[in-house]
Amino acid sequence: MRAAGAILLALLLLAGMPVRAQEDATPATPPETAPAPMAAAVQTERIEIGLSTDSIAITSDFSGAELTIFGAVDNVDPMIQRQGRYDIFVILEGPTNDLVTRRKGRVLGIWMNVDSQAYLDVPESFLIASTRPSQDIASSETLERLSLGVKNIRLRPYVQGTETVDDIATFTEELRRLKAQKNLYEEFPSGVHFISQSLFRATLQLPANVPLGRHTARAYLFRQGTLVAQTQSTLNIRKAGVEFQIYTAAQTQSLLYGMAAVALAFVIGWLGRVLFRKD
Amino acid sequence: MALYLPIAEMSVNIFVVLGMGAAVGFLSGMFGVGGGFLITPLLIFYNIPPAVAVATGANQVVASSVSGVLSHLKRGTVDIKLGSVLLVGGIAGSTVGVWIFSILRTLGQLDLIVSVLYVVFLGIVGGLMMQESVRAMLRQRAGATVSLRRPGAHMWIHKLPFKMRFKASKLYVSVIPVLALGVMIGGLSAVMGVGGGFIMVPAMIYLLKVPTNVVIGTSLFQIIFVSAYTTVVQATTNHSVDVILALLLMMGSVVGAQYGAKAGQRLRGEQLRALLAALVLLVALRLGYALFVVPDEIYSISRNFVL
Repeated sequence: MRAAGAILLALLLLAGMPVRAQEDATPATPPETAPAPMAAAVQTERIEIGLSTDSIAITSDFSGAELTIFGAVDNVDPMIQRQGRYDIFVILEGPTNDLVTRRKGRVLGIWMNVDSQAYLDVPESFLIASTRPSQDIASSETLERLSLGVKNIRLRPYVQGTETVDDIATFTEELRRLKAQKNLYEEFPSGVHFISQSLFRATLQLPANVPLGRHTARAYLFRQGTLVAQTQSTLNIRKAGVEFQIYTAAQTQSLLYGMAAVALAFVIGWLGRVLFRKD
Repeated sequence: MALYLPIAEMSVNIFVVLGMGAAVGFLSGMFGVGGGFLITPLLIFYNIPPAVAVATGANQVVASSVSGVLSHLKRGTVDIKLGSVLLVGGIAGSTVGVWIFSILRTLGQLDLIVSVLYVVFLGIVGGLMMQESVRAMLRQRAGATVSLRRPGAHMWIHKLPFKMRFKASKLYVSVIPVLALGVMIGGLSAVMGVGGGFIMVPAMIYLLKVPTNVVIGTSLFQIIFVSAYTTVVQATTNHSVDVILALLLMMGSVVGAQYGAKAGQRLRGEQLRALLAALVLLVALRLGYALFVVPDEIYSISRNFVL
């Protein structure tokens, strides 16, 4: 029993990280812990994911790619595994930003933005893969509580401000829809496969416009509809190549960048004159 | 061949952009205008974000104006003093313009205002030019000689104080309308991404009565510096100058301008102005039409706003 307690402690420590990350968004959510093990069979499953690298550099011609994440489940109950009652979610969540959703309306016949609703800490991307469609894995309350699924991504409207629309729910759903339309919020209901009793592989499709920055990869292990373990690690996505250096320069060295752009224009204008001189 | 634009954050076909630059360069060489008022709408039609189209358009205008002003300097058809006074106003106007540009962007109204300004200004200038050139053509058919400048006609503008002598333009005029014109063009340069030649040239001819031979050179001279200033300010405040896009446009337009200038020499002045007017009106109509069409997507997401 003492040994089991030590393992459970280790698991809690392991689970501590994702829980803390979640608390930033929703402080009310109680930490999800593994159920106490049965006295006879010590069954504390653990889940781990391995990213072969902690950063991905995408080149300027990046047109989307498949991202494969490998993982392992420890202490698998062979019986339950044979029955296919273990399920896994793997999520890659992009950096968050404050965004605004705007709605056009007709004013004097002209279409212009009239209403807007701001949102705080919106994930720029959210890709989720699972062994089966999520509704077959756990109850909708559990899925909602853990933000599993595109429709469960927490979108927090900013309501303190004076500019708030009457139909916030419509704006929230439109924000979700626009993100999904650009493949930034996407579900892969059969994206996770067990390749052995304890090893699994998750495949996510990174869209061409994948946001840059720190992404969080999370994995959740469900046994018979109950969350038993979770883990997370981070993945940096950055741009590589000359284009990225240009982008960085425009953001951080903007004065020099602007002057260089003007200098370039002078040189090309002058060259054009010299090369095609006719007087 | 696809090329990724780092600031616009999208891929474009390199030949389409070069072709766009060449076509606009051809027209600007033919008509002696900077071409900014064509470049920016074309980029917007090609789905470049308007903020990037405007800022990059200003950058491209620098190159085509440098190219153009060199031959005018050689011929001595630049009034540097008049150009400098216009420039002082232009810098002030551009500063205010970029500031307004930023505010409009956070309010989500930039795209609309840019389109409306284009429709209004292109509509007015195109309409006036068309009217004037058609009249000139009719008059010429009747056998009369045509002169754009009627030096005897004095207006209220010439009664204003703070007069200054501009030798190269043979002009003795108050600095107030000159500065005001500069401010207006500077503001337009920032918000619309144009050099403003299409407004500057008629304003100098009709309002200030500057002789036609120095108008284009002087306008180009001041446009270089106002556009250069606008480019730098856009780069520092809005980070929206795409240097790769600008480079492609410049290369296309510099080459196109040479052939355009040759083609322009074969056409008569009034015909040239009527053609340019038709083109300007066409762009205005196309942009105006887009304002009234039901958009594909009513909702949009943006990162530019203030809480």
